[in-house]
Amino acid sequence: MGLLKELQKGALISLWFVFLTFPVMVIKVDPIARTVAWRWLNALYMAVGTFIIYYIAQFFLKRKENQKETNDNKEQNLSVIHRILQNPRQRIILGAVLAVVAVLFPQVLSAYQTNVMTTALMYVVLGLGLNIVVGLAGLLDLGFVAFYAVGAYTYALLNLHFGLGFWTVLPIGGLFAATFGILLGFPVLRLRGDYLAIVTLGFGEIIRLVLENWGKFSKGPSGISNISRPGFFGVDFDLQSSIIYTYYLMVILVMVTIFVVNRLQDSRLGRAWIALREDEIACQAMGIDKRKTKLVAFSLGAFWAGIMGVMFAAKTTFVNPASFTFLESAIILSIVVLGGMGSIVGVLLGALILILMPEYLRALSQYRMLAFGAILVCMMIFRPQGLIANIRRTYTFKKKPQSH
Amino acid sequence: MIKQPILDVSGLTMDFGGIRALSALDLDVMSGEIVALIGPNGAGKTTFFNCITGIYTPTEGNIWLTPPGGAKKISLNGLKPNQITEKGLARTFQNIRLFSKMTVLENVMIGRHCRTKAFIFGAIFRNKATLREEQDILETSYAILEKVGLADYADEFADNLPYGAQRRLEIARALATEPLLLLLDEPAAGMNPQETIELEHLIREISREGQAILLIEHDMKLVMSLSDRIFVMDYGKKIAQGTPSEIRENPAVIKAYLGEEVDA
Repeated sequence: MGLLKELQKGALISLWFVFLTFPVMVIKVDPIARTVAWRWLNALYMAVGTFIIYYIAQFFLKRKENQKETNDNKEQNLSVIHRILQNPRQRIILGAVLAVVAVLFPQVLSAYQTNVMTTALMYVVLGLGLNIVVGLAGLLDLGFVAFYAVGAYTYALLNLHFGLGFWTVLPIGGLFAATFGILLGFPVLRLRGDYLAIVTLGFGEIIRLVLENWGKFSKGPSGISNISRPGFFGVDFDLQSSIIYTYYLMVILVMVTIFVVNRLQDSRLGRAWIALREDEIACQAMGIDKRKTKLVAFSLGAFWAGIMGVMFAAKTTFVNPASFTFLESAIILSIVVLGGMGSIVGVLLGALILILMPEYLRALSQYRMLAFGAILVCMMIFRPQGLIANIRRTYTFKKKPQSH
Repeated sequence: MIKQPILDVSGLTMDFGGIRALSALDLDVMSGEIVALIGPNGAGKTTFFNCITGIYTPTEGNIWLTPPGGAKKISLNGLKPNQITEKGLARTFQNIRLFSKMTVLENVMIGRHCRTKAFIFGAIFRNKATLREEQDILETSYAILEKVGLADYADEFADNLPYGAQRRLEIARALATEPLLLLLDEPAAGMNPQETIELEHLIREISREGQAILLIEHDMKLVMSLSDRIFVMDYGKKIAQGTPSEIRENPAVIKAYLGEEVDA
């Protein structure tokens, strides 16, 4: 293909971007002085910038295509992280490094940083929970935040009315959310794909709207405040040490979640979920109870959301319905998709990137969300399978000596 | 001792709206037998399979399954597909339906699902019983893969297998459920002659171990050499039944396949 044609295409695209960003980048209205400033220089920057970015992107896309043709080899497709995880010694080293970082984090960095990290860890658990439903069982759930809300309000209300503590409510919140998972699961058993997504989306909104409008029950939009922070054998913490305590609590919860989800994934149940995702009819024909398997996926996913809801209420000491909008579901889903469906390491990385990035992009102030969006778009172009694609476990089988 | 049929279907009728896809079909399979179900395209063979495996609910008729050894016969009417598989009917699909993003071994392991029990508790705590069960699943599945000759591919993704091997994997997966009766829906479809010969050997080998088999097939050479008995369908009705040599001579069958001669 001609170079001229490429140039033409690049020029057209940069022209289009100049046009798109024209109102933002070029026109500046000063409402007090009642003047309009035309910043034509910005348009030029925009054009040149887009032109260059277009060619860089083109270069990478070309390279990616070439790669696809040349490497069919399975070994090469393994990412660095997987190679490390498969080597037991390197795995121990990685684990040790992570443990040291996790322990030292709040000691070295500020309370603000610790707090941000705690939030990110909460999203790790939420992501792992949703990963069971979406990544493993293949049920697209857009209303996951509903279970998060159920957990949070369980703690808020039980704490408000009965003075129950964090540790008592933690399992109750989880089980309560799991029950809601089953309740939602029943009507949607027959649905798949887009239809399931719409119904779950509706369910998420219903929970939020009930909380918003049933003032007597949930105190409506003004929310519930003064929720107790997590306790530790009756020790009173000041704010600073409470933040650190919550952080360590979250680290432990993340480890427990990873342990449990990993074992679930590598079990008879986990295989049934993946089979269900792959082919529902064949799955049933192989003797798997579709109903039971789906309900278990829903309720186990919801369980983690419920636990995190309790955690959220305890961490912020305040809940109101505005914390449980659809955007929240979308972020958790993005974590799973961005990280790599069904992959635990992927979800871990996805959550850290998606939650920490907007925080650290604050330096870009008003362009922060724009940069965030651009990074997401690039991700989906260059790694549509997610950061870390899931690889199925391979079983090592040693033949037993024949006994007869 | 009178031989009891393993599968006994009587008066099976299936209507789709106003269209009668199956009408009052009777069929039986004895233990250890290979029975073929043949007929022109659209005769209702796959519909028959879908009815007895619970994917469709038949409009009328009875389906009975009798486990060998004098056990009581079980009605399969109204059961869900997974329950029917549990009772002892396992099938393959005409258009391959493997779990393509799972490994070959895992595909077979799924077949063991209905014969094992571990659940949430077992999965998380990996107690002794669960570990033993997992080991058992692994060993049985591997043994089945060896039997169908796919053991070398165990860690390969199912959709990376060549076509013929995918068909065999479907059979392996169905065998893993320990069926009383194995239902094969066009196992030789799309296979080259070499693959068909290998398939014939495989089916014979499975049959020699006492496995009862009911198969739908278009490859007449395969049907005639394998089957003990043949049922012929056309337009949802049974038009003939008998041994291969009887079927070959049957005028109704010849008419259905070749059309009627028109006298000028």
